[in-house]
Amino acid sequence: MDILVAIVVMALGALLLGAALGYAAVRFRVEGDPVTDKINAILPQTQCGQCGFPGCKPYAEAIASGKAEINLCPPGGNEGACKLAELLGRDYAPLEEEAIKPERAVAVIVEDRCIGCTLCIQACPVDAIVGAARQMHTVVEALCTGCELCLKPCPVECIDMRAIPETPETWRWPEVRRPADERRQAEGMAAC
Amino acid sequence: MLRPLFSFPGGIKPDSHKDDSSRTPIAPAPLPERLTLPLRQSAGVMPLPTVRVGDRVKKGQVIASADKWVSASLHAPTSGKVADIGKYPMAHPSGLPALAIVIESDGLDEWRERQPLDWQRLAPQAVRQYLQQSGVVGLGGALFPSHVKLDTETRIEELIINGAECEPYITCDDRLMRERAAEIVSGVALLRDFTGARQTLIAIENNKPEAIRAMRGAISEHGENFAVVTLPTRYPAGSLRQLVYTLTGKRAPSNVLPTAMGVQCFNVATAHSIWRAIVLGEPVVRRVVTVSGNVRAPGNWDAPIGMSMTALLELSGTFPDTDGLIAGGPMMGLPLPLATGAPLTKDSNCLIARSPRLFPPRPPESPCIRCTACAQVCPQGLQPFELYWWSRARNFEKAADYALAECIECGCCAYVCPASIPLVHYFRFAKGELAAAAREQKMADSARFRFEFRQFRIEREKAEKAEKLARAAAAQAAKQKSAAAVEAPAASGEPAPMASLKSHDQPCAPNPEPR
Repeated sequence: MDILVAIVVMALGALLLGAALGYAAVRFRVEGDPVTDKINAILPQTQCGQCGFPGCKPYAEAIASGKAEINLCPPGGNEGACKLAELLGRDYAPLEEEAIKPERAVAVIVEDRCIGCTLCIQACPVDAIVGAARQMHTVVEALCTGCELCLKPCPVECIDMRAIPETPETWRWPEVRRPADERRQAEGMAAC
Repeated sequence: MLRPLFSFPGGIKPDSHKDDSSRTPIAPAPLPERLTLPLRQSAGVMPLPTVRVGDRVKKGQVIASADKWVSASLHAPTSGKVADIGKYPMAHPSGLPALAIVIESDGLDEWRERQPLDWQRLAPQAVRQYLQQSGVVGLGGALFPSHVKLDTETRIEELIINGAECEPYITCDDRLMRERAAEIVSGVALLRDFTGARQTLIAIENNKPEAIRAMRGAISEHGENFAVVTLPTRYPAGSLRQLVYTLTGKRAPSNVLPTAMGVQCFNVATAHSIWRAIVLGEPVVRRVVTVSGNVRAPGNWDAPIGMSMTALLELSGTFPDTDGLIAGGPMMGLPLPLATGAPLTKDSNCLIARSPRLFPPRPPESPCIRCTACAQVCPQGLQPFELYWWSRARNFEKAADYALAECIECGCCAYVCPASIPLVHYFRFAKGELAAAAREQKMADSARFRFEFRQFRIEREKAEKAEKLARAAAAQAAKQKSAAAVEAPAASGEPAPMASLKSHDQPCAPNPEPR
């Protein structure tokens, strides 16, 4: 008799919890892959395609499904790879040396030479170029991510990349240099 | 009158060195031939130049006009010609040049028309706009435009006038209170009327007995009910949040202004410049600057803004072993080379000539042993040794968790550190990195939104095109069919030609809204 009661109680409990879990799975269903979104939030959103994927989101999806390495994003740099390693619990690997860009730059259209072909406007992944057919185009500097995708389509090569000059507003205090740090730097950034 | 004072935690008592420069009266500095006026002389938005190279300007004429509400105008400190508008060195830790207007003096020092403001007949907003046009900003060092401080929703209970001047060497506010107390009190009365404060407190550290006496005398002469509160001398008693706590017991975290708690604070020099602007009709074109340290005749100069720092230092006679200068006080000031091209700005309260004897070089940094001396002196109640640890390890999020944003960079921790760790430098570095990361994140978020919207738009355009083609094809087909029907009217049971147009609704994905 006791055994029967115990079985019934446990079975009822299992049913109840199962129903609750089943309801929660439907009610609080998460649309999309949350890991992809987290990875995408770390990526710099330059949409440059230097990783070999057509934009940051596709690269994030590839990382999430384990098809891509985490150190393919030059604009994100080693810091970005480090953050991805932390998020995903993967081993950190630095970027290939030549892939790292020293400073951020923006595209600038040489206005005398622009013929108004709109090809760069179509190439810009973040809608940072304004203009119309046979009218001069211009890059909105504050919106440009420096992805360089507009350089190639331009038939008259009127787009240059220009480094953003440092101003007192964007200047930051440098890191305190200590002999120990310099030694570590010389040994190479093994860890992140 | 006795008031209970609250005692903020920590703080230090360094050698004041104030007697060096506080004994002699304020002397007017001779007019230099060239004045360099960096446009950025207020917190907020940089004003826009209103003059051109070659223009003749009169003293007090607006040369750059306030751009947004949190912005203040800039004026010619003397009459002359605009020689250049371009990038010139300024007193900034980066050493980067900034946009400035250069004026060549004609030696006449001719004022533009000056008129007192009949403020009682004007709306408060008009008075605030007048102060904005007069370039009145916080002369204590923060350069926050005063008219913005007067534009508050909250009711101001306590008006605090800051004459604490807690940093060593600096005596410009001390001398100003001793010599121009009546004018300051008139300025304070104006501020009291503008804010409608119930109580007005003038806070002065107890190492300035002459200033306290002068201010009390001026107050009783004016018949005002302002209270002069004597503060115990302790650095940083004059820092905004420490002062507000000492006088009112109200604590404001870094993201809340004391204004929101019904307290408004102005520096004595700011009160004086408000009096000048309203009663004399003179904008801010001069200020009192302490020159001290390794000089023959330390003292205070009433100098035009835009004058070269080096030139002003030379007026006091630097000793030959001078190896640099400090713009500001020794705790929070900015070390500059002696031959800096930087000019005086509205926040230049002090110039100190450095020498190896007065300021011996800092011994090399040794490891932190967590003695917590820094935590005991931190006036913000932080744990600088923890902040140091996380900043050094570049773990900035963790540093932010330890309330890095609350750090006021007063330098007490670095002053007492037995390992001579430049703690404030670490904190400035970490703050800069955090701010840059926040900026980058904002840019990335905006780029992601635009990229996703662009993808959506391309999809929509494609769908629209496909639909248009389909519709054209259907119309074509219907036409052919009806033509066939005319030829063979016997055929029946045809669907209506319009039926093929039923997919008229637009393919409309939810519009991603910008945040």
